[in-house]
Amino acid sequence: MKRLGPLFLERRLAPPRSVVFGVSFLAVLVALLLAALVFWAYGVSPVRAYSEIGRGTLGTVGGLSDIVRRAIPLILCGVGLTLAFRAQFWNIGAEGQLLAGAVAATGVALFVRVPDGFRLPLMFLAGFGAGAVWAVVPALLRVKLRVNEVISTLMMNYIMAYIVEWLVHGPWKGPTMRGFAYTDMFPVSARLPLIAGTRIHWPTLAVGVLAAVVVALLLSRTRLGYEIRVVGQNPDAARYAGISFASVLALAMVLSGGLAALAGVGEVAGVHWRLRSPGHVSMGYGYTAIIVAWLARGSPIAAVFTALLFGLIFAAGDLMKTTLGLPFQITGVFNGLILFSLISSDLLMYWRVRWAPKEKAWTGQAGL
Amino acid sequence: MAEGAREAVLLRNITKSFPGVVANDRVTFDLQPGEVHALLGENGAGKTTLMNVLYGLYRPDEGEIWVRGRRVHLRSPRDAIDLGIGMVHQHFKLVAPHGVAENVALGLSGTPFWAPARTVGRQLKELSERYGLPVDPDRRVWELSAGEQQRVEILKALIRGAQVLILDEPTSVLTPQEAGELFKVLGRMKAEGHGVIFISHKLDEVLSVADRITVMRRGRVVGTVRAEETDKAALARMMVGREVVFRLTKKACQPGEAALVVEDLHARTDRGTPALRGISLAVCRGEILGLAGVAGNGQRELVEVLTGLRRPERGRVAILGQDLTRASARRIADAGVAHVPEERIRLGIVPGLSVEENLILKKHHRPPFCRAGGLRLAAVRQFAGRAIEEYRIMTPGPRTPAKLLSGGNIQKLILARELSGNPALVIAAHPTYGLDVGATEQIREILLRQREAGAGILLVSEDLEEIMELADRIAVLFRGEIMGTVLAGEATLEEIGLMMAGERRTVAVGEER
Repeated sequence: MKRLGPLFLERRLAPPRSVVFGVSFLAVLVALLLAALVFWAYGVSPVRAYSEIGRGTLGTVGGLSDIVRRAIPLILCGVGLTLAFRAQFWNIGAEGQLLAGAVAATGVALFVRVPDGFRLPLMFLAGFGAGAVWAVVPALLRVKLRVNEVISTLMMNYIMAYIVEWLVHGPWKGPTMRGFAYTDMFPVSARLPLIAGTRIHWPTLAVGVLAAVVVALLLSRTRLGYEIRVVGQNPDAARYAGISFASVLALAMVLSGGLAALAGVGEVAGVHWRLRSPGHVSMGYGYTAIIVAWLARGSPIAAVFTALLFGLIFAAGDLMKTTLGLPFQITGVFNGLILFSLISSDLLMYWRVRWAPKEKAWTGQAGL
Repeated sequence: MAEGAREAVLLRNITKSFPGVVANDRVTFDLQPGEVHALLGENGAGKTTLMNVLYGLYRPDEGEIWVRGRRVHLRSPRDAIDLGIGMVHQHFKLVAPHGVAENVALGLSGTPFWAPARTVGRQLKELSERYGLPVDPDRRVWELSAGEQQRVEILKALIRGAQVLILDEPTSVLTPQEAGELFKVLGRMKAEGHGVIFISHKLDEVLSVADRITVMRRGRVVGTVRAEETDKAALARMMVGREVVFRLTKKACQPGEAALVVEDLHARTDRGTPALRGISLAVCRGEILGLAGVAGNGQRELVEVLTGLRRPERGRVAILGQDLTRASARRIADAGVAHVPEERIRLGIVPGLSVEENLILKKHHRPPFCRAGGLRLAAVRQFAGRAIEEYRIMTPGPRTPAKLLSGGNIQKLILARELSGNPALVIAAHPTYGLDVGATEQIREILLRQREAGAGILLVSEDLEEIMELADRIAVLFRGEIMGTVLAGEATLEEIGLMMAGERRTVAVGEER
């Protein structure tokens, strides 16, 4: 307990849900206020910027659909990351896992002969598998050789990005693309259907929302989910209880990486219809999903909503470029500010401020 | 102001709070020069907090500190040391790879930059002769026994000119004989005019060593009495707030088939040094085997090997006739072995999970809690409700995070979980350590009840009184070997003390069982 003038600061061990929500909301608000300074530095009135963004994204059908389209990969990656984070496995590798899914899906789309009706399901399956493999490697490195997963998952991102780069410049470079670093266009049977009048590839969206529900149930209602939470909260107790750290972690990462990879499948099959350079396939969704999962405080259902918030920020980025003449990279500043204030706000949740001025009677008592 | 002039130390109306508890509530305490003043209370009564305030580690929320008639504000232990206050912590603060003299010289002002240990060595010798604290300045700390390390800590304080010495639970790591030596040293310090504050929760030693005794309970001073004017029962009443029964009623032991047989077990510590050197012992169903010994003589490693958390190098472990020498923790648990771990918060619970989720740990993978990979919440809830009631776990609800429970209730939670399903063997490590008297009594009763229900119990404890009270047979562990096994009814404290210090007992009693 600390005293700050007439205020008392008290530690609280388990913040109630309302406090978690309130503090997170406050953190986002603070980040938006800080971002206003960036607008102002660019010579754009923050009030005008925010009203333009509000009108352009939330005010039109096109804007709303753009938010959802951007949110789809974030939902899948974010839900997957909540699973890894609940096991206290700091998976920074959703970006690479996403790209792995995109590569596998492209392979199936362009080079595997299957009946048309099976092509898309097979692309999703292959994508999931590729992401799972890519994600389970750092888990095994951690278990067997104690390699720090933050480093290994991050480095795996670069490896996968360069693999994609090499594929689109080299062996998979499309003969019909006249020298551009793209693969050929996917056949129609490998393209995801869109909701009419929008650019929302709804099958991926459905998979993402379903994944959130399934992961939520997995965590709360199954043996594996229970073991993931035990391993995450107290690995020593897990050992004591005879829970295998290695297999729980591996399974959690198979699911986490697999879900991130589905996002990659959705991007190539629903948005680009081909594989292209990694910066275009992903726009850093895998990294932004870290903030999505963090803001959701490890809840897969909440991750759907936080993903929509970041979908809004991405959509706003497009808008700022076209209507305000600001660089798209400003979305990175947004994301950074939000993550920054979120992490700082954690402290607030665990302290309660109480108004308790000193009583005059107290000094009298000391004289007894 | 003349007040506080006579006292070596005067603490007045000290209040110090931590989240959720007031550790010291307007505590007043004084120490005269040339006296031993004991601070008595259960674990968690606020003794250590009060002394940490006096040593400058905590700042009090309210209250005054006077040292030799001067009001002081202590910002750090440095200030306390400058005022002639020294503290020997319960867990020694020594640098193990360094020598004795180097440890004493560490942070000592007035030593030369080069080879400070050499100058200190001379002073050290003189002081250790004067107070009867033999130590070799050139030995490395890790080579020393706990008793010797404690002497180093006392010398460290004396060389810094301590007029007031605070000893926090000094006998918890000592054999009874070593404790006797310490008391002689305290006598000599008294004669030299030093004041000593002696923190303890053991009634006997407080009565024998102290001049005055201040009893604390739940952060408050219950009273201060002169040692010659009080007795054990009166002190216990002050400490607990009610009459305490010193003897539990225990039915005669009816040992059944062997629950645990250990033969020639060898294992190493985490650092690779030998921890167990050929342990053989047996626990029958329906009996309690107490394992006594000073901490760090292989108890932890033995428990870990028996519960599948550490691999033995050699030897055999059989549980209910089944060879489980290198079995996994899960297989051993599934075979009907309950484990009440020494570090109950680190191993025993998952702090963020709810009470009911913690109650099924280790059993979560089997029916009735798990079927086809899914958790059956109804079964979990039903089991938790019964366990909370039966073991009187004080919790706001079954879904409260376990970390919000008090230490005693966390231990009850662990016992409720481990003892469910009638285990054949219970391995209980320090089951009442740090708990208040009420919880301690309850947990001891639970263990006795389990014994009557036919479980074999291996009770590892540093609390000799507890072992004497609960165990049917007592084995003593010293440097990874069993020094001997005695029947609890026939054992004397002296005999066990000698074995704890490494004296082997030639005739083993009760070994044929």
